[in-house]
Amino acid sequence: MGLLSLLLAACGSAPTPAAAPDPVRGSLTVFAAASLTEAFNRIGAEFTGLHPGASVQFNFAGSPTLVTQITEGAQADVFASADQPNMDRVTGAGLSTGPPVVFARNRLEIVVEKGNPRHITSLADLARPGLLVVLAGPTVPAGKYAGQALQSAGVRVTPVSEETDVKSVVTKVALGEADAGIVYVTDVRAAGSTVEGITIPDQHNVIASYPAVALKGAASPVAAKAFIDFLLGPGRSILTSFGFAAP
Amino acid sequence: MTGRQERPPALVLVGAGIAALFFLLPLAGLLLRAPWAEAPADLAAPDSLLALRLSLVASFSATALSVAFGVPLAWVLARFDFPGRNLLRALVTLPMVLPPVVGGVALLLAFGRRGLLGPVLAAVGIHLPFTTAGAVLAETLVAMPFLVITVEAGLRALDSRYEEAARTLGAGRWYLFRRVTLPLLAPSLFAGGVLCWARALGEFGATITFAGNFPGTTQTLPLAVYLELETRPEAAIMLSLVLLAVSLAVLVGLRHRWLGA
Repeated sequence: MGLLSLLLAACGSAPTPAAAPDPVRGSLTVFAAASLTEAFNRIGAEFTGLHPGASVQFNFAGSPTLVTQITEGAQADVFASADQPNMDRVTGAGLSTGPPVVFARNRLEIVVEKGNPRHITSLADLARPGLLVVLAGPTVPAGKYAGQALQSAGVRVTPVSEETDVKSVVTKVALGEADAGIVYVTDVRAAGSTVEGITIPDQHNVIASYPAVALKGAASPVAAKAFIDFLLGPGRSILTSFGFAAP
Repeated sequence: MTGRQERPPALVLVGAGIAALFFLLPLAGLLLRAPWAEAPADLAAPDSLLALRLSLVASFSATALSVAFGVPLAWVLARFDFPGRNLLRALVTLPMVLPPVVGGVALLLAFGRRGLLGPVLAAVGIHLPFTTAGAVLAETLVAMPFLVITVEAGLRALDSRYEEAARTLGAGRWYLFRRVTLPLLAPSLFAGGVLCWARALGEFGATITFAGNFPGTTQTLPLAVYLELETRPEAAIMLSLVLLAVSLAVLVGLRHRWLGA
């Protein structure tokens, strides 16, 4: 994709003699929360379209996994977390350049199979006996938020599995192994027609904030900063189109 | 058996040294980073004990299943010529090269609620994903090939004269298998069993994909290590050492006793 946009850009903009060389170049490695997968893939393509000299590699996983990889010395230029505590572990370890900025927000939704065969309409329904509910693990932001939402609704749910990232929750429901899960609105939208989302009312919902930061020792600090600026600028409409809310 | 001890060529020594270091260094990393002061607390944590117990139960169950069904399969593969034998043998070894996560997905598509056998299993009230039985099944899939291959090789290397002698003395087929073949096979059966158990104990990908992750039900020690690594890396190192110690104790102890190494 990056190569393609690079080629296209090279063909389209051959005669631009006066322009100074784009300082945003080199290979950029972005560690991003699993829930950002689809939106960031699009953002990466647009970003490299804007900066043909740069290429972007993504590493998507649950935020805590990414934090461990970063603190154990993985080479990364940008970290985009699905919550503040995981971001704090990176900034606390002195691995960031400057303070993180929140670039998007997200909401929770109940995910059920297409057609909602178990007729789930609320968080309270998740406590129904015999219902197979899958949540993200309590260390994963989505799992922690789900716990907060359930607690605020006064519902006690014993999940059959605590998945290591939010996408695995969607997968288990999409495959029909689980009856319901709690994920982000954006995950339901990204999964397309295999699943359905059931709205969680505002009084019980949790708003997730996504902070991003450029990391120390970035291979291309200029590109890292440009990527974060892109998230706050042109990237916002892409994030919105994937169901994220503006910060 | 070893005869005269000769110094191996220098190049061999260098290669062996590099290989030995390669195995030793990760272990040294674990040992040096281990928080020994907090070890008792980490190890006595209820979730750690639960995961250790589940790991032992599941890995031994998987080994038992592998022996019960793998030995007959190895026997058929070693002793009978039939069309598609090579294909079957390749099929058996497939889980050894397949990424375990793929194995887990395949298990879902076979035994999951929407899987090939899903409706049949549901009809008799069996639900495998998210259960300990599911974790055992995932471990069996990735571990059984080690047993089948070892036992098949053992069967091929067997001196068939003992069996022929027994046959001429009038032993029936089942009696022959039980009283002659099986005892002769004991060393390779044991070696295969230990390999199979060790593989089952370390299983991660197929288990988390097919059986999910829940403390006490499907969260085996490798899964617990992975999850702890995300929040408390020091506890993860301690749990890894437990897994290492258990495996090492079994492998060294049994090898010495059974293979006379």
